[in-house]
Amino acid sequence: MSAQQSVADESSAKRSGLRRPLRMLPLIELAVLCVIVAAPFALNGRPDLITLFTNIIILSLLAISFDLCWGFSGILSFGQALFFGVPGYVIALVGRDLGISQIWLTIPLAMLTGLLLAFVVALFLLVGRRPTPIFVALGTLTGSYAAERLVSGWQYVGAGNGLSAVKLLQMGSYEFVEGIEFYSLACVILLAVYLGARALVRSQFGLVLAGIRQNEERLAFLGYRVQIFKMLVFSLAGMISGVAGALYSYHQGFIGPGNMGPGLSTQAVIYCLLGGPGTLIGPVIGTAVIELLTYVLADIESIRQFWPVFLGFVLLGIILFQPNGIVGVAVSIRERIGSYGLRRKGAGRQG
Amino acid sequence: MTLLKVTSLTKMFGQLRALDGVDLTVRAGTFHGLIGPNGSGKSTLLKVIAGAYAPTSGTIRFDDINITGAPPFERARAGLSLKFQITSVLPELSVYDNVLLALQSRDRLVSLLSSRTRRILDDKVMAALDRFGLAGRADDLAGVLSHGQQQWLEIALALACRPKLLLLDEPTGGMSPEERRVTGDLLRPIRSECTLVIVEHDIDFIKNLCDCLTVLDQGRVLDEGSIEQIEHSTKVQEVYTSRV
Repeated sequence: MSAQQSVADESSAKRSGLRRPLRMLPLIELAVLCVIVAAPFALNGRPDLITLFTNIIILSLLAISFDLCWGFSGILSFGQALFFGVPGYVIALVGRDLGISQIWLTIPLAMLTGLLLAFVVALFLLVGRRPTPIFVALGTLTGSYAAERLVSGWQYVGAGNGLSAVKLLQMGSYEFVEGIEFYSLACVILLAVYLGARALVRSQFGLVLAGIRQNEERLAFLGYRVQIFKMLVFSLAGMISGVAGALYSYHQGFIGPGNMGPGLSTQAVIYCLLGGPGTLIGPVIGTAVIELLTYVLADIESIRQFWPVFLGFVLLGIILFQPNGIVGVAVSIRERIGSYGLRRKGAGRQG
Repeated sequence: MTLLKVTSLTKMFGQLRALDGVDLTVRAGTFHGLIGPNGSGKSTLLKVIAGAYAPTSGTIRFDDINITGAPPFERARAGLSLKFQITSVLPELSVYDNVLLALQSRDRLVSLLSSRTRRILDDKVMAALDRFGLAGRADDLAGVLSHGQQQWLEIALALACRPKLLLLDEPTGGMSPEERRVTGDLLRPIRSECTLVIVEHDIDFIKNLCDCLTVLDQGRVLDEGSIEQIEHSTKVQEVYTSRV
């Protein structure tokens, strides 16, 4: 069934007086929150799984940043890892060369780095009369690839080996080591970012983004300076990637060229598409599914070699047959699109 | 008072001269019709005025400001509003949100981020929808409206921006006779709010609505004047009869 058909069916059901369907997104969000909160208790004896879950939380931030660009604003950023890797390198260097790893200095520094870098990239790619989506996609991809090649050959930043033994993240004299503490910190940051992004996309600003995603030209004729909105959301997404990059660098104790290249950028796209673009919670679910499957299946000797190929086919199938991702199975198109105005009882039932 | 003055406007698409030195003057408070055979350049003229196409040469002055090189958003902010020939409502947004989007287009960024005007604009959104008989469809997605309703929603969007000059490109295209009549009834009262330039093939519709007409043919102005003058224009009659 096509998206339009399904929308038409829902709409006609509503007009004929049928009960408004249950809203699924808040339930899914609540379920994910429960899993995130319960995970450390359930996995207390498994530090390897705590590390895995911490990675999922950190990569979810990267996936959310891509979702803000693509799922909500229609900006196809194929180089999102650039804004993840560069801040990761910056905080690693600040720790190595200046001995600074205090959370209130380095996390804002990573955010600022991601924000400014994304802003500069946006100046090149999003400003202009009508930059096409393919131009933006190729531009971001090229930026990500070029940065990866640059650091691969730059001895000051460790060249191909990257920077290892990154100083531990500190809060005063307290050090965040790998484990429950770091997981809790990552969860708090994910929650803050999620709630902030949720408020943004549901605001009147979010309505403008939804309009831009559907018909950029139409919005210009309504008087919107579309490029400003796109630059702003792209920069904010860069800032979120920056936090993720810093957390990754501290958590792994390592940052390398691959953390800003097309490989990780593509991963962010896949996390989002698999989970469900334009939902915020979808990218979190997509990241968890892929990382958990990779962890479980890569350990099975007989399929270890074939696992990436298998994963590739699964993803291809989802993109072809379930473009709204895993979340799209339970959440209707109408609910995903949402409403930005005030809710009025009985509206939409008279027509 | 002249609201819009187009001088020697030319638009080339490769070797094709879609507009060839068009002069057009629209007085404030009037309903001005643009008619002509298919391919005469009517829609192109509207799009050049609104900023969708850049002119090859010529000037456009709106409200005594030269807007020839201004981007569409600046023209919209100056008070120009265009309803496209092909409906371009945002199909994946609700009918309500389409109008809200138009109404909040003059809000500042901070106001949009904090959703400051959402409550204030609610009544205006519903009033705009009510005016076009769409209040009952407020929560439906715009993409599921009938063609006629999408056309009305499009006009509601254009009017929500409170334009000084409303440019309507074939607002009754694809409508039933009854829907055309209703559209005429909906448009007549906006005379007190703005000036109108309308492109339309339905001559009867234009005659019942407009004060003056400009006739285009092959990218040039063939004739202009009151409805009566155009009806008796031999040049216009020749063009229309020769094409039938």
